[in-house]
Amino acid sequence: MYLENISLSCFKNYTENKLEFSADINCILGPNGSGKTNLLDAIHYLSLTKSAFNTIDQQNIQHNCDYFSVRGVFNQGGSRTKVQCSCKTGAKKIVKKDQKVYTRLSDHVGLFPVVLITPYDTDILREGSAVRRKFMDSIISQIDHSYLNNLLRYQRLLNQRNQLLKDFATRQRFDAELIASYDEPMLALMSTISRRRNEFVEQFAPVFQKHYKTISDDQDEVAISYQSEVISEQFKQSFLANHQRDVTLQRTGMGVHRDDLKCTIGKRSIRKFGSQGQQKSFVIAMKLAQFDLVEIHKQFKPILLLDDILDKLDDHRITRLIEMVSSHHFGQIFITDARAERTAVILKQVSSDIRKFMVSNGEATLVENSISRD
Amino acid sequence: MQFPSRLIEHAVEEISKLPGIGKKTALRLVLHLLKNDVAVSESLANSISRLRQEIQYCEQCHNIADGPQCTICANPRRQHQLICVVEDLPDVLAIENTGQYYGGYHVLGGIISPIDGVGPDELQIESLVNRVAKPDSEIEEVILALSPTMEGDTTAFYLTKKLHPYNVKISAIARGVPIGGELEYADEITLGNSILRRRNYENEH
Ligand SMILES: Nc1ncnc2c1ncn2[C@@H]1O[C@H](COP(=O)(O)OP(=O)(O)OP(=O)(O)O)[C@@H](O)[C@H]1O
Ligand SMILES: [Mg+2]
Ligand SMILES: [Zn+2]
Repeated sequence: MYLENISLSCFKNYTENKLEFSADINCILGPNGSGKTNLLDAIHYLSLTKSAFNTIDQQNIQHNCDYFSVRGVFNQGGSRTKVQCSCKTGAKKIVKKDQKVYTRLSDHVGLFPVVLITPYDTDILREGSAVRRKFMDSIISQIDHSYLNNLLRYQRLLNQRNQLLKDFATRQRFDAELIASYDEPMLALMSTISRRRNEFVEQFAPVFQKHYKTISDDQDEVAISYQSEVISEQFKQSFLANHQRDVTLQRTGMGVHRDDLKCTIGKRSIRKFGSQGQQKSFVIAMKLAQFDLVEIHKQFKPILLLDDILDKLDDHRITRLIEMVSSHHFGQIFITDARAERTAVILKQVSSDIRKFMVSNGEATLVENSISRD
Repeated sequence: MQFPSRLIEHAVEEISKLPGIGKKTALRLVLHLLKNDVAVSESLANSISRLRQEIQYCEQCHNIADGPQCTICANPRRQHQLICVVEDLPDVLAIENTGQYYGGYHVLGGIISPIDGVGPDELQIESLVNRVAKPDSEIEEVILALSPTMEGDTTAFYLTKKLHPYNVKISAIARGVPIGGELEYADEITLGNSILRRRNYENEH
């Protein structure tokens, strides 16, 4: 599966731009602030109906414009699909597949998967558990459609229940039957969600370990495991016994919204005890495992977006990655770099259809089309 | 939009507060009224103000009524041992239009959604329980006809809990693939639900 072309209108610093891509490697070159990352983000939009960096759709509209639109054609084994994502000021975004407007955006997620590797990935380890749940959820959602729907339902029930707990506090009254109306469906969803997450991590962890060994040059044992109070046999009883505390705290104190991924190196927390280099290798291995898992489930390769990684990784890790590129482990790749010469040197070893685009001030142009097939 | 008259501006302002009507449509309606007889406008204004002043809600089922009781509750030929619980007035009209139902109703006036500030106290839930709990109640079955949304489900769940102590049958309307629609176009949640809750073919023929 690959993206044939893209057209941008008033998307961030792009006013109007149309590009035809290589099915193999696309290099997005240009100075800092020119719009390289924004182009990757536009591809992210077409795949996941949202930005990877800015969750507020409206802020992706070009300053002084009243809408943005991103259009592209995905090619999957010869069959072409047109996807369009647009947003007007003050309105909800609209996503279309072959001219048909989606009523549920979640229906689109997973059709054209992407994996994005950025210098910010180490946030996955450094920040709170929400980021790790998001990482896990975004992968499972791309491979299991009903999972995303369950997750959205759970989130909605949770919001309602938390508001209810606040209402109990302000009205100084507790309604056991009303809270039970939320508990029962939530308990059912929690058990489905945690089972799915557990199953996912069991599949994910060994693939991750394999990639870590390749990427890093140290011998430390790394591990990722699923942590959830929901897995426990007594969870239902504990959850129901927790009502009083929930009322006092005015929020739901237990549940899958507190799940986490335990990330360790040599049995210790990677966040606390991993070096910067180890943390970088750790998250890249996570992303590569994401790539493999999506491929296994979809039976085709997701699009790989590599943002600024040549800048931030050391030579050893870059060499390993490029080896994977050369051995055609990946499908279509988009790679950004502020230094064109460096990219040229690194990609010399790779025989593929490589297109280079130069970005300047929100406008990308094709500068080189080197077809060198083996 | 610039208006040549404050009176027009004010009228447009008021009319465009109605759902589905923008400023442009409102202006078209205003100009239409101005072109027609004064009597047309007066009759419209009069009917709106009478509607608001004289409309009543049925004391029993909270449907719209011209007196203390609605025409459905007052009709002796309806099967008053059946009541159908709906979210709001349009649902009564929709079910009446099917021509398939001869029981009574109970209009909740909304659906439980704490985020939107709607709890059981804001709805006609207590009055429903009272109707069922009355010693001389003739109600045998309560049909829950709520939207198949998360809020509809939690409201149905709550009502079931509330009605459980009384001797009534509680049922919910069936959900499934639309008649005349093609199976492959049904969304997966609906289709999955239809398969899980499949019905016995022989019993119905
Ligand atoms: N909504 C918007 N409207 C107009 N310009 C925007 C908008 N959002 C971001 N930008 C501009 O986009 C530019 C950043 O682009 P981008 O992050 O893609 O740069 P880059 O080429 O990846 O740079 P670097 O090499 O530093 O990573 C900034 O100049 C920023 O002002
Ligand atoms: Mg960038
Ligand atoms: Zn009535």
